[in-house]
Amino acid sequence: MRRLEQVLAEIPTFSGLEDSQLKLIAGCGQNTRVGAGALLLREGEAADTFYLIRRGRIALEVHAPGAGALRIETLGADEVVGWSWLFAPYRWQLDARALEPCSLVAFDAACLRGKAEEDHELGYQLMVRFAANLVERLQATRFQLLDVYGNARATL
Amino acid sequence: MVGRPFVVRSKRQDTADTWTLELSAPGSESGLTFAPGQFTMLAAGGTGEVPISISGDPSNSSMLVHTVRSVGLATAAICGAEPGQALAVRGPFGRAWPVERLEGLDVVACAGGIGLAPLRPAILALLARRERYGRLVLLYGARTPDQLLFADDLANWSAQGFEVHTTVDSSGPEWLGHVGVITRLIGRAGIAKGHFGAMLCGPEIMMRVTAGALADEGVEDELLYVSAERNMQCGIGHCGHCQLGPTLVCRDGPVYSWAALRRWLEVREL
Repeated sequence: MRRLEQVLAEIPTFSGLEDSQLKLIAGCGQNTRVGAGALLLREGEAADTFYLIRRGRIALEVHAPGAGALRIETLGADEVVGWSWLFAPYRWQLDARALEPCSLVAFDAACLRGKAEEDHELGYQLMVRFAANLVERLQATRFQLLDVYGNARATL
Repeated sequence: MVGRPFVVRSKRQDTADTWTLELSAPGSESGLTFAPGQFTMLAAGGTGEVPISISGDPSNSSMLVHTVRSVGLATAAICGAEPGQALAVRGPFGRAWPVERLEGLDVVACAGGIGLAPLRPAILALLARRERYGRLVLLYGARTPDQLLFADDLANWSAQGFEVHTTVDSSGPEWLGHVGVITRLIGRAGIAKGHFGAMLCGPEIMMRVTAGALADEGVEDELLYVSAERNMQCGIGHCGHCQLGPTLVCRDGPVYSWAALRRWLEVREL
């Protein structure tokens, strides 16, 4: 069975990090499994634990009164769920729910923030990588906002 | 430039604002011989002509098939036509998807919204000669699950060896598929691991962004084709309304290689 830092080295978010950095990050993580329908993150709650998806799919949702869960994005293997753990006030902005049985790595956010504070190079690398994820997801969200399929003015 | 009458033989509602019509020449069961990606100028009841891509099977010329989204007066009239009613048809016009040129390659078709309709003939052509291609992948995005077209076809194509990935911009809890923009499917489909040619059809914003994302995964501009859309009126290269740079979309398109078209799409005034 491979060590967690070996797994992390192959994940796009963490690839390119030094072995010592991967070991530090792995030290805050542990493998876990959840069943379909499990709520991993709940809007407004403390961002104590974030996840790397190894297998399965997670839906990001917003709860709307009278409409239930509105699904705005799905994430799959090798993707990280949650970035609010890295930015104050460290509270989740969305719900995250397992759409199917998932194998995950659960990371203790306070543990990793502490290590990033002690080792600023690690902190910088984490910021760069999570910022890249943020940029990609922000661009995608902007295009979703354009509603290009439904907006006749944007269909040319 | 007078359209020939074609009679609506059957009609099916696909989504809240989209219908598929099957037409044939009056007194016969003949449709139209066409190449995948071509379009006709279609008109109903004097409301004006509109360019509509043919969405049928190019190997079956017994019916002319059009999938039409009702967005204005002319398309509303076409969508409102009932079996037995005649529509005026001119064409087919335009350059086709290069299904022969892509032989020997993996092929990814990227469709957004109603854009799956112009790609459907190409998909059928690829499946008719399945052994001539490597991996066949369809990435298809729509606004919401109820706006996905051709659900039966998607299942059939998957069974015949097309890797079908669908996504929607948003959904309720009943949808268990992907949610997110179509470019998020590219990595999941493993496009970087093959030698792909690509065919894209959908809103121009979607095609621009998707072409860039495919290029990032190694798809060459010369092997990437898009179906452009501009205000086509005559369909035969005379009126100039569809001019795009030095080309006329009705004559030199609608299918272009990304290498040829890209620089003109970057000129915002066009």
